[in-house]
Amino acid sequence: MIRFLKRINVYELVRPVGQMMAFSLGSAAFMSAIAISLALALDDTAVGVSLMDKYNVSLFTYTMLNLPQVIIDGLTIGFVYAAIALGYTMVYGVLEFINFAHSEIFAVGAFVGVELLIALDGMGILAGASLGMAYAYLILAILLGMIAAGGLAVAVERVAYRPLRGMSRLVPLISAIGVSFLLQDIIRLVESLTSGQFNRIMPTFGNFDSRIIFGKIAMGSSNLTLGISVKSIIVIVSAVLMLVGLNYLVNATRVGKAMRAVAQDRPTASLMGINVNRIISLTFLVGGLLGGAAGVLYALKFTRIDPFVGFFPGLKAFTAAVLGGIGNMTGAVLGGIVLGMLETFAGSYMGVFTMGAAGSEYKDIFAFSILILVLIFRPQGLMGKNVVQKA
Amino acid sequence: MSLLHIENIHSYYGQIHALKGISVDVNEGEIVTLIGSNGAGKSTTLRTISGMMHPKKGTIIFEGKDISKKEPHEIVHSGMVHVPEGRGIFPTLTVKENLEMGAFTITDSRLVEERMEYGFSLFPRLKERIDQFGGTLSGGEQQMLAIARGLMMNPHLLMLDEPSMGLAPILVELIFDIIKELNDNRGTTILLVEQNALMALSIAHRGYVMQTGEITVTDTAANLRDNEEVQKAYLGVS
Repeated sequence: MIRFLKRINVYELVRPVGQMMAFSLGSAAFMSAIAISLALALDDTAVGVSLMDKYNVSLFTYTMLNLPQVIIDGLTIGFVYAAIALGYTMVYGVLEFINFAHSEIFAVGAFVGVELLIALDGMGILAGASLGMAYAYLILAILLGMIAAGGLAVAVERVAYRPLRGMSRLVPLISAIGVSFLLQDIIRLVESLTSGQFNRIMPTFGNFDSRIIFGKIAMGSSNLTLGISVKSIIVIVSAVLMLVGLNYLVNATRVGKAMRAVAQDRPTASLMGINVNRIISLTFLVGGLLGGAAGVLYALKFTRIDPFVGFFPGLKAFTAAVLGGIGNMTGAVLGGIVLGMLETFAGSYMGVFTMGAAGSEYKDIFAFSILILVLIFRPQGLMGKNVVQKA
Repeated sequence: MSLLHIENIHSYYGQIHALKGISVDVNEGEIVTLIGSNGAGKSTTLRTISGMMHPKKGTIIFEGKDISKKEPHEIVHSGMVHVPEGRGIFPTLTVKENLEMGAFTITDSRLVEERMEYGFSLFPRLKERIDQFGGTLSGGEQQMLAIARGLMMNPHLLMLDEPSMGLAPILVELIFDIIKELNDNRGTTILLVEQNALMALSIAHRGYVMQTGEITVTDTAANLRDNEEVQKAYLGVS
């Protein structure tokens, strides 16, 4: 036992936590600074005056009061993006190919988890569950979503990508897009045959919807409560645990070393006695597990899912992976957090800063503008190295 | 019976007929070299032996077993190591991790450590660079690492593809001294592909001369060095 403990590489457990904290604090501070500067600049203009008229509060105060909530929401969605983005980036790292079906892997995870909980709810199990059992059921749903998504990812690679390996790079890409549509329609078909409806709602149970309140602040005539919802904590904690686990797998285990070797030089890795196909399957499995878990967590946070639920989170996670430097795992986490933060800040403050002209419905513009800007000005991403195209 | 027996193999790159019936024998304890100009098919021969590509026709018998349809990772288990052209160092794995990759199939950590120490005894420079990324090493150091990594499996047959490529003459000599030493002291059988024919023939027992996918001459290394044709074509003697 002690020998086993000694072999644990503590550094690789601590390092990613430190990184994630740095990324979270850094992007929160950066976005806050922008929001606060804008608030100060606009306070004396018509924007500030109109807010003062409506709520009797200055723009600066309004911005500051909302800040904690915005940061927590940003982190929550940021970690979901990070978990999905890792699926894109790991597959890209090994095969240099974008698995566009990954968004549907995520959706399948969400559906399997939610359907399990709906079934349990239908049997009346969830309603009477104690708090401990409620968490047990949620964990069960997440695990089931992970297994389904992971298995599906492995199967998709085996059926739709492996036979096309060695062909021009466009071929598997098109296959991936085809798989993506196919999976969407399979979800629709299964749902219409079984439940008869496409929109599924995550059942309410346990204490996930309650909020831990830190305090109340008077804001003009109304009160602003400062707090964090339990489900946000669950999402962040689970995502952090998964990311630490993944980092450990890749950086401190024999299999992880083999994954890195395969990513760097596939033919030579096979000469080392590494079964490259098995490592590629494993990469899809791990990406699928993360995507499936992210799907259930997403459903927990946003409650409603439909067969197209994967599309936007998938596209944004892909953007996050590109932003961080595709193929780079630390970059995917950074990209996810930055993108989640940016999107939440934009969604929360844009309405006020533009006097309601452009509300939170425009927040997606930011995510995709980033994709375009990164591709033009820094195609290797924030943490990517400038790689020369291999001949 | 020979350690490695290749009979009449044909390999293709797509439509290109790269090997047109190659037959090579390597006996236990020998250094055998394949020489020939660029594009003659020397590397393709090694790639076909180690399973990186599969022959359309012909048989490859290693230690009595047909390996012509096996995958590279399976062939490694049988005791044959291929150090590929261009060295194949993993650029963002450290020197230590690169060496550990060479022993990927070995689970006994003490054995791995022992062999790593042996590699360091051959190339002390690698020990100084142990935590450095493979990609930051010089060409000579990368070649040392590639050979040391190949030795992690303690192979019966070591196949080296152009170990002298891009190296300064002094390093070429060092590398060839080590190859000779491996053969003399450990009895490792070596199949050596080289463009530097003079160097290769100076340490080899026998040699095969390749030209556009075929073997044109085979003889002992000493005879090949004296062969006028070979001298003209590959040894720079006019």
